[in-house]
Amino acid sequence: MSPDKFHDPDFERHKAGKDNPEDYGHDLDRAPDSDPDAEPIPNPGLPEHTPRPTDVDERLERRAERQVAMLFLAAGLLSVLFCVAYFVFEPGIEGETFVGMGASNASLGLTLGLAMLLIGIGAIQWARKLMGDHELIEYRHGAPSSAEDREEALAAFRAGSRESGFGRRKLIRNSMLGSLALLGLPAVVLLRDLGPLPGRKLEHTVWKRGVRVVNDVTALPLRPEDLRIGQLVNAEPASFFEHEGPDGETVPAEYEGTELIIEKGKAAVIVVRMSPEEITPVSGRENWGIDGIVCYSKICTHVGCPISLWEQQTRLLLCPCHQSTFDLTDGARVTFGPAARALPQLPLMVDEEGYIVAMSDFEEPVGPSYWERG
Amino acid sequence: MSTTTSKASVGRGGQKGQKPNPVAWLDERTGLAALSKKQLRKVFPDHWSFMLGEIALWSFVILLLTGVFLSLWFKPSMTEVEYLGSYANLRGLHMSEAYASTLEISFDVRGGLLMRQMHHWSANLFIASMMIHMLRVFFTGAFRKPREINWLIGLGLLQLGIIEGFAGYSLPDDLLSGIGLRIAEGIMLSIPVVGTYITFFVFGGEFPGDDFIPRLYTVHVLLIPGILVALISAHMLLLVYHKHTQWPGPGRTNNNVVGYPLMPVYMAKAGGFFFIVFGVTALMGGLMQINPIWLYGPYNPSQVTADSQPDWYMGWLDGGLRIMPAWETTAFGFTLSWNVFVPAVVLMGLLFTVLAVYPFIERWITGDTREHHLLDRPRNQPTRTAFGVAGMTAFGVLWIAAGNDVIGPMFNLSIYAITWFCRIGLFVLPVLAFIITRRWCLSLQRHDREVLLHGYETGVIVRSPEGAYSEIHAPINPVSAYNLTTHERRSPLELPPREDANGVRAPQPGKERVRARLSRFWYGDDVDKPTAEELEEAHHHAAEHGQLDGGRHVGIETGGHVGGDDFDLEQAPNR
Ligand code: HEM
Ligand code: FES
Repeated sequence: MSPDKFHDPDFERHKAGKDNPEDYGHDLDRAPDSDPDAEPIPNPGLPEHTPRPTDVDERLERRAERQVAMLFLAAGLLSVLFCVAYFVFEPGIEGETFVGMGASNASLGLTLGLAMLLIGIGAIQWARKLMGDHELIEYRHGAPSSAEDREEALAAFRAGSRESGFGRRKLIRNSMLGSLALLGLPAVVLLRDLGPLPGRKLEHTVWKRGVRVVNDVTALPLRPEDLRIGQLVNAEPASFFEHEGPDGETVPAEYEGTELIIEKGKAAVIVVRMSPEEITPVSGRENWGIDGIVCYSKICTHVGCPISLWEQQTRLLLCPCHQSTFDLTDGARVTFGPAARALPQLPLMVDEEGYIVAMSDFEEPVGPSYWERG
Repeated sequence: MSTTTSKASVGRGGQKGQKPNPVAWLDERTGLAALSKKQLRKVFPDHWSFMLGEIALWSFVILLLTGVFLSLWFKPSMTEVEYLGSYANLRGLHMSEAYASTLEISFDVRGGLLMRQMHHWSANLFIASMMIHMLRVFFTGAFRKPREINWLIGLGLLQLGIIEGFAGYSLPDDLLSGIGLRIAEGIMLSIPVVGTYITFFVFGGEFPGDDFIPRLYTVHVLLIPGILVALISAHMLLLVYHKHTQWPGPGRTNNNVVGYPLMPVYMAKAGGFFFIVFGVTALMGGLMQINPIWLYGPYNPSQVTADSQPDWYMGWLDGGLRIMPAWETTAFGFTLSWNVFVPAVVLMGLLFTVLAVYPFIERWITGDTREHHLLDRPRNQPTRTAFGVAGMTAFGVLWIAAGNDVIGPMFNLSIYAITWFCRIGLFVLPVLAFIITRRWCLSLQRHDREVLLHGYETGVIVRSPEGAYSEIHAPINPVSAYNLTTHERRSPLELPPREDANGVRAPQPGKERVRARLSRFWYGDDVDKPTAEELEEAHHHAAEHGQLDGGRHVGIETGGHVGGDDFDLEQAPNR
């Protein structure tokens, strides 16, 4: 064996030590059927320690030492470069770029990342090449406490329990348990104001008789003649935008901020024109369209994504979230995918000035199903 | 150190002219020396697969560091503001303060984008490493007694990590995260009886409202990280108490742990590893774009992008939602949406329940109540391994389902075909995987046995004087031979005989009969390692035929000593 500067006196003891139950306190439960004598090959024991090159060759050792120090020094340099990059480059992705990213981000990431990486490599290299590398043996203890400890713990518990009278004084015990249980009520009731009760809110949208259907980007009201056959327009009620009132006056948007976002999530629709012969109207809804123009909720009946993919050729509307597919010629019936219900239809008519308006609100709740929906 | 023993230092601590002794100072106030004496040289075994948990730990630390940085600028508010920052494409647009402040972090705070991307990359790394770590624990049997509680804690960590990641993903209030929340709302609505109430309480009214982001923020930066810290601490404490499991091998037994001491080797290695994980995350944050929210735009409930995908760890849930048939029941004026409730709520509950009870079921079936500190090679537990692979297969099918709109165009397959493939595959493929894996394990066991008995195939073909060809088998080296025999012999549980010696009928409760049958299914087909006699005989036989040459033969001779090695531990491998 080479002269060993990491010689650990304990190690010899471990190495020579037979596994003696007394060494580790409690016996770990033994495998009943793994009798040592029945094992085909006895445990050969821990292999002899083989010294590393750096243990025996002083030149190699010094070289490893220099290497590790160089790694740490380079890491320090990179930290300084990080600071330089911080002050030199503008943030954002519109100024200088580097590997497709903003120069600031890329250079900061590169310098910080490499600095950290070099420190990590240095430390591990130090451990692998220069720190002691003797494997040590430690004996395990069974997880449980000793039988005496367990007995004493139980005895202590019993004594405590006896002195408290917890078991004897039933009246006190039960009234205390009852009072603690009732504390659950304030804890739950306190949360009541997290939100209002649902009521019938999910059943209504802002659509009502006479509300104009407007393009959701330009806010311009739609006329039947604006739509070609096969064309689909994303639309919203005029009341979301500044719009023209019944007497030609300008009415400001009726909803804004949070309220607007909530209502948008229910009132968004698509308006599509097909030739009237293509359409199989659902019974009772024969007059809900205008010359092949029909209007459906844009909110998927599966879990509520806005539906957006219109396959003009097949007249199918596809939800991008989980591919539910709705046939717009046939009452927006589901032809594929996980949605279970057709898209609700908004009945349309034309107002005196020739614009498309709603005849009423939706007749059923839009969006995902829920328990009370019926 | 010896001067710090309490007797010696009690009187002297305050004496004048004495050099201050920081160790004594600290120990006199905390008594830490007693603990350090034991723990500083605590032994940890070495194996690459033990690093997976470490990656999870370190990425959590990175999440804490980068997350605190982000929280210095992020404004968890849905108040509408006009964006006036430096990103020209969105300037003048109205958006929530949450989205605007995330843009500010990305474009106006130096290093902000780096921290955001590091935060997101390490979130992915955190969850991925936890999942792979869990697979390692499963397939090696490290969940067995006494470590069942740590298995449960680990499951809790994984679940909370996934929720935490989803919460973080939702905070910036961009278009994609809004769609994710909308889907979460749809899922909550599908819960029978209380769905609408839950939704209204969570969102403070109708979706999306303006309460949700601030609420989610508290959950994301305080509540869940707090629980995670507590659970991680418990996880580590139990790890230290149990001591790490190890692979069996020469000198390694169920009663010891062989490895390097905490100080200095593990401090340097594990500490150094933190820097490596951090460094890699920083490089990713600097060079690889993730979640470019500025391209998605602010949330608008009437808009959506095609190919919208959740973060990968939510994919399996999304896949379940995609392939579930459109079933819904309406009766007595109430609606039950099986199409949403089953894949989203029931499936998730089922997965985590199965994972949680698995150790206890295996323990009951095998009747094994002993402590296990040596790891199993997956092949030596064919049934467990097969269950694991079947589970992974189901998970994989759901994942494919979640990518149907991406995979379809990529391989020119119709989405309908992929969906049907996944619907059927979800039930058929795991069964196939189970059967194949189990057989594979058994044949690997058989192979191990062959190698032990007859040596390995050298690839050298010899022609005998009679003209017959045969391949030379050479003995494997003693350590490898020993390693192939370290697992336990297992036999199925036996029922007590129906009638005892006196012809009295013994009761055989149905539960015990089921258990015996399951146990036979579990272990019945195992190919056992050879016994000492079989090995002896095979070598004897080979020696006669001149194949296993005598010199090396001694290495695996039954009951013998390793050539030249004078410190055998006379130790059964599996006590
Ligand atoms: C297990 C722990 C955590 C996970 C998995 C996680 C995950 C995430 C994710 C995926 C995001 C979205 C990032 C993006 O915009 O692309 C996020 C955002 C955020 N996280 Fe965390 N996070 C964790 C812990 C924390 C902690 C401890 C804090 C703060 C103390 C924090 C603060 C934030 C903040 C302020 C944001 C919003 C800013 C932004 O999106 O840029 N996170 N988190
Ligand atoms: S939300 Fe439309 S298919 Fe799921």
